[in-house]
Amino acid sequence: MTNRNLSRLVRLLALPSLLLGASALLRAEEPVQAKPDARKAEFAASLPTEQAVLTAAPHVPPPIQRDHPARVVVNLEVREVVKRLADGVDYTFWTFGGEVPGLFIRVREGDLVEFHLSNHPTSKLPHNIDLHAVTGPGGGAASSFTAPGHSSVFSFQAINPGLYVYHCATAPVPVHVAAGMYGLILVEPRGGLPAVNKEYYVMQGEFYTAGAYGETGLQTFDMPKALDERPPYVVFNGSVGSMVGDKAITANVGETVRLFVGNGGPNLISSFHVIGEIFDRVYGEGGTIANQDNVQTTLVPAGGAAMVEFRVEVPGTYILVDHSLIRAFNKGALGMLKVNGEPDAIVYSGKEVDEVYLGDQSEAGSDAARREEALRAEREEVIAANPRIAEIDTEIQMERGKRIYFSSCFACHGQDGNGIPAVFPPLAKSDYLMADKDRAIKVVIKGLTGPVTVNGTTYNNAMPPQDLNDEQVADVLTFVMNSFGNTDGVVTPADVKRVRTAN
Amino acid sequence: MTSHRHLALLALVLVGAPVRATDGAERDQVLVPAGEFAPLLRSRDEPERVPVASFWMDVRPVTNAEFLAFVRAHPEWARSRARRLFVDSQYLAHWAGDFELGPAAPPDAPVVYVSWFAARAYAASWGARLPSIAEWERAAAVGISTDNARTDPAVAEVMAGWFSRPNEGPLPAVAGGAPNRLGVHDLFGLVWEWVEDFNTALVTGESRADTGLERNLFCGAGSVGTRDNTDYPAFMRAGFRSSLRAAYCVPNLGFRCVVTP
Repeated sequence: MTNRNLSRLVRLLALPSLLLGASALLRAEEPVQAKPDARKAEFAASLPTEQAVLTAAPHVPPPIQRDHPARVVVNLEVREVVKRLADGVDYTFWTFGGEVPGLFIRVREGDLVEFHLSNHPTSKLPHNIDLHAVTGPGGGAASSFTAPGHSSVFSFQAINPGLYVYHCATAPVPVHVAAGMYGLILVEPRGGLPAVNKEYYVMQGEFYTAGAYGETGLQTFDMPKALDERPPYVVFNGSVGSMVGDKAITANVGETVRLFVGNGGPNLISSFHVIGEIFDRVYGEGGTIANQDNVQTTLVPAGGAAMVEFRVEVPGTYILVDHSLIRAFNKGALGMLKVNGEPDAIVYSGKEVDEVYLGDQSEAGSDAARREEALRAEREEVIAANPRIAEIDTEIQMERGKRIYFSSCFACHGQDGNGIPAVFPPLAKSDYLMADKDRAIKVVIKGLTGPVTVNGTTYNNAMPPQDLNDEQVADVLTFVMNSFGNTDGVVTPADVKRVRTAN
Repeated sequence: MTSHRHLALLALVLVGAPVRATDGAERDQVLVPAGEFAPLLRSRDEPERVPVASFWMDVRPVTNAEFLAFVRAHPEWARSRARRLFVDSQYLAHWAGDFELGPAAPPDAPVVYVSWFAARAYAASWGARLPSIAEWERAAAVGISTDNARTDPAVAEVMAGWFSRPNEGPLPAVAGGAPNRLGVHDLFGLVWEWVEDFNTALVTGESRADTGLERNLFCGAGSVGTRDNTDYPAFMRAGFRSSLRAAYCVPNLGFRCVVTP
């Protein structure tokens, strides 16, 4: 390297401070480690330290047994990952902990939470976290703003107990949330929550894919649909079918279930409902007071949560839905709770009776029913007395019968009903056909094998039974008995039924 | 407008000869005509549109091969030798060695894991510089199939496709897709790019406050809000720039050079 180049390099390295004044260099040289606050350090040092247990939905970390606050270290990693959104449908989710919703965090009121947010080096974007459980500007957003391949640490005291949403708050926020960047943090009240048998984590969110619901392949984010709030997918726990079949959540009869229900949005409000259950208690909007008993459907706002508790009384499958039902039936917002145990017929009998129900007709014997019957009979008489109507009926039968003939019969009996000489007998001007209506019906429905004499010629072949219903047999025979030189044959479905029954 | 003489000059760099560019002719550049830049976020007393003088801009981001040539000519910027004040521990992390690219850094792929200081040093070695936000956004305001990138479906498709795929494996080669109507490649959907004044972007990390009126973190004046809060790609660029510090070396962040005519 020449001296000239070296001096240029020196000048170059001096440039930032000259050209950009304070900001660039100050930021570059800002200490990575903020100055420790003595009061906070003292408080942190007074607490026992533990590592937070984080769980992926539908699982929830175990209840906290401590009766004192702790310094709880939370390590959460942001990753941008391709995962299943529905069968055959993939989506690039931006996640807290590789999962949608993000990993469940459980701390206790008064805990000092030391939050480590790491942004994986393969991330395209910077990310951060706004925990609604944080008391402080942005809920931690500015303090946790992290470039790809970097980590941020900040801490907060969990002052307010309750169930809170957390989410990414990096611009543009709705895009980050629509990519799956949300989860729940539970701050248990000092005395803990009432003991229950089962706890589960259910979080709703919607996805704005370019393709329609079910369109396979890796789907891209669709900005216009997001602006119009028209998501093709509304799902629980990050994908269609995340909690159905063998992935259903479970409980046993007699147990009390608590669902931590969150809604990441970004836009829709959930009408959360469990089909066949009544929420014994609802901690509305994620607060710590069970503010309502006996709730059928509870609203979970976007960026909000609720705790619901219910005792399961009888076995079976209970369906979790957003009761804005198109979302449940057409967009994926459906899960299952399978309850095992003994039935209780007093609480719920199951089906006891299945019987015929005739609606208004069931009032047989009433004046109205008798009057209707009389009028029907009168109509039948009038029709029967009118020869033209009978003719029309025959013509209708002929038209239908013709179609059947030319699909089922003409291959052997021919276009003109002449059959094939020495092989298949004729139907045209056929003495055999016209001599015995019932025999003709029987030949169609049962087939005919062996020698038969038609118009003086003996044929010895086989005709298979025809798979036609009573009306079709009547129609096709009426057609051939009035075609090909035959006249005046009429076969009714009742005739066919009679012959079928007799044979 | 495009010149292809840079390869010869690259050869000169390889033998250690000093190079000084005086206009776009030395690099593969196009002249971006004078125009305007509409800042996404601006303070109350800033104008809605800022004039941008014409400048020469690289038609594609700097590649690993080009940066390797620079490092060979300026070994103080080799991975193990660069000052930690100017690069963080991830500097050229995807290279196999100080002077070896290896499988994670194809020669034609854009160089990433470079700090703002390193990018500026590279540019200066060519007598060039990094573009300003205004210049970069001025060029990127021109679309691929239309003159307006904001409403160009081709740009939207490239951006949506890029955001919807995670970064996996080595980056593809530069100039793999269609250029915009100025003839500039890879402004959308390949890598983020350093700009000279990256840290003046007005996204604070608490991004929701950035559309409020009381924000005065970096510019000393309140914001009147955003130009177009549906321009999500611009938001993402602004957000990305705001997450950086000058020594950061980030896996999907490269750069290109400009030259003032």
